[in-house]
Amino acid sequence: MNRSFIAFVRKEVTHIVRDPRTMLIALLIPVVQMILFGFAISTELNDVEVVVATPKMTPAIESKVAQMAQNPYITFRGYITTDKVDHCLSSNEALAVVVFSRDYDRNGKFQIVADASNTTTAQTATGYLTNILSESKAAVAPNVRILFNPQLKSSYNFVPGIMGLIFILICAMLTSVSIVREKETGTMEVLLVSPIRPVMIVVAKMIPYFALACIDLVSILLISRYALDVPLSGSMTALFALSFVYIILALALGLFVSTLVESQMAALLISGMVFMMPVIMLSGMMFPIENMPTVLQWVSNIVPARWYIPAMRKIMIEGLGFGYVAKEGLVLTFMAVALVAISVKRFNNRLQ
Amino acid sequence: MDSFAIHTEGITKSFGALKALDSVSLDVARGEIFGLIGPDGAGKTTLFRILTTLMLPDEGRAEVCGFDIIGNPRAIRFRAGYMPGRFSLYPDLTVEENLRFYASLFGGRVSDNFGMVEPVYRQLEPFRNRRAGKLSGGMKQKLALCCALIHKPEILFLDEPTTGVDAVSRSEFWDILSGIKQGGMPIIVSTPYMDEASRCDRIALMNAGRILETGSLDEILSRNDMPVYAVRGENNYRTLQNLRHAAGVRDAVLFGEYIHVFAEERLSASVLAAVSGVAEVKGISPNIEDVFINIMGHGKK
Repeated sequence: MNRSFIAFVRKEVTHIVRDPRTMLIALLIPVVQMILFGFAISTELNDVEVVVATPKMTPAIESKVAQMAQNPYITFRGYITTDKVDHCLSSNEALAVVVFSRDYDRNGKFQIVADASNTTTAQTATGYLTNILSESKAAVAPNVRILFNPQLKSSYNFVPGIMGLIFILICAMLTSVSIVREKETGTMEVLLVSPIRPVMIVVAKMIPYFALACIDLVSILLISRYALDVPLSGSMTALFALSFVYIILALALGLFVSTLVESQMAALLISGMVFMMPVIMLSGMMFPIENMPTVLQWVSNIVPARWYIPAMRKIMIEGLGFGYVAKEGLVLTFMAVALVAISVKRFNNRLQ
Repeated sequence: MDSFAIHTEGITKSFGALKALDSVSLDVARGEIFGLIGPDGAGKTTLFRILTTLMLPDEGRAEVCGFDIIGNPRAIRFRAGYMPGRFSLYPDLTVEENLRFYASLFGGRVSDNFGMVEPVYRQLEPFRNRRAGKLSGGMKQKLALCCALIHKPEILFLDEPTTGVDAVSRSEFWDILSGIKQGGMPIIVSTPYMDEASRCDRIALMNAGRILETGSLDEILSRNDMPVYAVRGENNYRTLQNLRHAAGVRDAVLFGEYIHVFAEERLSASVLAAVSGVAEVKGISPNIEDVFINIMGHGKK
């Protein structure tokens, strides 16, 4: 039995190695995604173009403007008259206009007018400007200190998200397709008629994809540490342990899909749409779970990534250890065990 | 009962409203080539899947090599060689890799039973590093046979092995099967080609989930002896219509250049010759195809 198992694993590896597309998907996509998110797509806002409109110049205004212009996130584009504010925004000369009141020296009043055709950038820009321009002569001035990610780098946020996504992609999609392909080509019939046990077929299929996922894990970690400067300050043991559980869970998902469908196309669609969408929408990767309607918050609990991604954030960004991700770890382990059990049971040793 | 390689009683299997197998009982003796002959949809593949333990029957029981298909499927899986109707090799693996994989699936090596496949594999040897997907139809089928044989099974199931293969390769394939049979291995093979019946020791004619006739080809032919005339007409289509309406004609079927007329006893050649449009009439002895069509026609009526 041992010999047949090894031969089976070798066969699976050959399938993967001989299919450049699989290799490409498995090894290049994580890297491309990391680089894309890391350098091209970013939710931080640099170079906010700002113009200042003021009815008259005073030293106080001048010093405020100088202070603002020094800020690395702000690009000061000059002064305009107050009647040009709308024109300036609609012609895209600036993202925001700071309008000082005629009596600024006395009452300290000013107005920020921002181009909110993109709400995110408008919000961020007004946030920056409010921070810089607010007088701290109020009675209680909050002293804001942002922990763990003081520069609010978006890479800190998306690296765990990408990990949650990639493993579903590599493991669930590729395993389900590879099992369903045997059904489609008819080789499954011969496998089932042979004495090899279904569990062996399943495990042999999973091993190469598990290995691929581990390579991806390492490359993601290397890129985030050395190219994106993500701190990775927490327990590495916890990080790997949780990731292994999540990978196994994703493999089991793929296996589960393969027991449901008969064609590679259907397997692709289910893994692609049914699994990827919840990871993106419901895991807290893009949208905070706290803001979701209550029903969706409940639903999000069955999305594995909803547990994995926050746990990775805790470990990688907050630098925490095992103790702090115990709950997530337990939920993921439970899900993995349950799914493996269900799928192996469903993986018939006869044809339907 | 143990003298049979396969013994089934009343195997019935339905898929929804479709009755794929309707109370199929048959026996296959050890060391014989048994042909399951019938058109597409006759239930041949379903019967194979039940006998190879891939499916459970709704009713009935069956034994393969003396093991119950429901109670002891694993024993059968160790002993059966199965070549499904569809191409069932890995197209991205080479000829050699496919053979090696199937050998190891049963825990063995290619060298363990190489003698079993040697005559066939020798023909494949020049292509052993070619990917299986790039082989010709005949070669694929030979490789699939090698893969089904490499673990030295006690019984061989071949589901439509010659479908979609050219005439020369088909004939070669049957020669190979005769060779394998010499070793005493029972072979059950399904085919939609009636002319392959003569290569089997015994056959079963199947249609719509039922077994219509079982026996050796000669037995079946003599049991179903009837007057058959080969008729050639000036316009075969119109003549066919005329013949079908002629008195004493049970059925008439177009058969290449000739129309085969299944006649009642009282009909004579001269009566047929008088049917309008008939150019030539000769009496023939029915072939297996005539018998099959005739039985099938009765089944319908």
